[in-house]
Amino acid sequence: MLRITCPHCGVRDEVEFRYRGDASVQRPPADADAAAFVAYVYERDNPRGWHHEWWYHAAGCRQYLQLWRHTVTHTIHAVGTATDTLTPPHGMVDR
Amino acid sequence: MSVPPRPADARRPHAFRASGRYSALRLLREALGGHQGWRRAWRKAEPRKEYQVVIVGGGGHGLATAYYLANHFGITDVAVVEKGPIGLGNVGRNTTIIRSTYYRPENIRFYDHSLRLWEGLEQELNFNAMVSQRGVVYTYHTDGQRDHMIRRANDMRLAGADCVELDRAALKALIPAISLDSGRFPVLGAFMQPRGGTVRHDAVAWGYARGASEAGVDIIEHCEVTGLRQANGRVTGVETTRGFIGAGTVCLAVAGHSSHLAGMAGIRLPIETHALQAFVSEAIKPFLDVVLMFGAGHFYISQSDKGGMVFGGAIDAHNTYAQRGTQWIAQEVAAEGVALLPALARLRILRQWAGVMDMTMDGTPIISKLPLDGLVMNGGWCYGGFKAIPAGGYTAAHLIAHGEAHPLTAHMDVGRFAAGLTVDEPGTGPFPWAH
Ligand SMILES: Cc1cc2nc3c(=O)[nH]c(=O)nc-3n(C[C@H](O)[C@H](O)[C@H](O)COP(=O)(O)OP(=O)(O)OC[C@H]3O[C@@H](n4cnc5c(N)ncnc54)[C@H](O)[C@@H]3O)c2cc1C
Ligand SMILES: [Zn+2]
Repeated sequence: MLRITCPHCGVRDEVEFRYRGDASVQRPPADADAAAFVAYVYERDNPRGWHHEWWYHAAGCRQYLQLWRHTVTHTIHAVGTATDTLTPPHGMVDR
Repeated sequence: MSVPPRPADARRPHAFRASGRYSALRLLREALGGHQGWRRAWRKAEPRKEYQVVIVGGGGHGLATAYYLANHFGITDVAVVEKGPIGLGNVGRNTTIIRSTYYRPENIRFYDHSLRLWEGLEQELNFNAMVSQRGVVYTYHTDGQRDHMIRRANDMRLAGADCVELDRAALKALIPAISLDSGRFPVLGAFMQPRGGTVRHDAVAWGYARGASEAGVDIIEHCEVTGLRQANGRVTGVETTRGFIGAGTVCLAVAGHSSHLAGMAGIRLPIETHALQAFVSEAIKPFLDVVLMFGAGHFYISQSDKGGMVFGGAIDAHNTYAQRGTQWIAQEVAAEGVALLPALARLRILRQWAGVMDMTMDGTPIISKLPLDGLVMNGGWCYGGFKAIPAGGYTAAHLIAHGEAHPLTAHMDVGRFAAGLTVDEPGTGPFPWAH
């Protein structure tokens, strides 16, 4: 069970949250070509390592949060609100 | 370990004596001889410099692809490279259910073909895979669900698959332990695919390994692929922990690790890796002789031949490469199990484990060329790739041998995402954690 420290609600069990996927993908500008939209909707880095991702605190503050979490150890490096600028784990760049 | 390790036989190809045909007569003869005559079922090989085809991953799909290449497509210059021992990935971790109860007609046809291959597999491989067509039963709990299942049953019949409807009385007669009125989700009825069932998972890996090895395939264990080498837009081989191995074609069959391997060639796939858990209880007397699936949640259960109840539920629903499993899903699975079969509440769970799987963005697998010449994949199996092993191996071998998709897997090309031709099996859109 993950324990996620929500900036609004404090430490809560994973069961209160809903995972909402990769936070590194950015919606392309409206005039971008189809390939850019295919990449945005479908293609993922799916790293075995640090992952920047969205979680929704469904049974808490009902806010979207962003996390840097490791997909092998499940260590949570940082949690922030949707608009925060998080410091990525060492060696990682935020796209 | 009193027996000293045997030297690998690769450089002495004739030193390996085939295991011979298995039969009741042979069993009798070996029994009389004190079981001294059994030989190793497959040959442990050392890597050669190059092969016509290198298959990455010694799970069900990698071994089956190698088997069919060598035995049905005449390509025997093949290696299967596996980072650990063969058969310890998802092929040895799954709940062993086979069926063709899919939603999209393309997928029904593919999985029903697989079911037909399972039906003849033991004769084909001369190996007892314990294919048990005990029937797979799905409960439904709302009118909408019933209508959806009727539609699915009709699609299945159109594709030549079998499906029958069971009313409450028939269901109770079939499964006396079931609770039809568990308060919150009363059971309205069920559908059953009588040809569905279970298979002994380890035997599938061993049987295909034996058949591939005897046809000349090198199975190389403890050999992790760490890079894909390319020249002039073509893959030329794999970098491994045991050196470079050249290859004309490289086939990725690495289950939950497809993104990781394709990433070595700079290719991003429409896949997220998620974990699925399984559980087995202490052994009990015969209790359940079909595979039972709970329509009001996500729970499925069967009884193994040893007597243990084998069951599982939904995926962990966040990206992970950890083969562990999260606790709240375990609690959810237990709660659903007890709602359906209240007597389970008295059982103790002996073991729990997880496997990591490629969850594709549309829930349909990917057997396809990748955007690098000579590189193909047999993956994206989501939580349902065990039942697909015979057909997946056969059609991937077809793709490698003929350079084009087998008609049953034309819809599994990775180009479907860019072409707007996704085959959205779960009907949830590109959100793998919700599948
Ligand atoms: C708990 C659980 C229950 C399931 N239940 C069912 C079910 O009831 N019915 C069903 O149809 N399906 C089920 N599945 C899905 C099914 O098990 C998988 O889809 C299928 O086994 C995947 O194909 P495979 O057998 O080739 O995978 P695997 O056996 O995982 O083979 C992949 C192999 O690749 C190797 N590998 C990875 N990276 C490298 C590398 N870099 N170099 C070399 N080798 C590498 C791995 O070590 C592994 O052995 C279940 C899965 C899980 C986890
Ligand atoms: Zn909160």
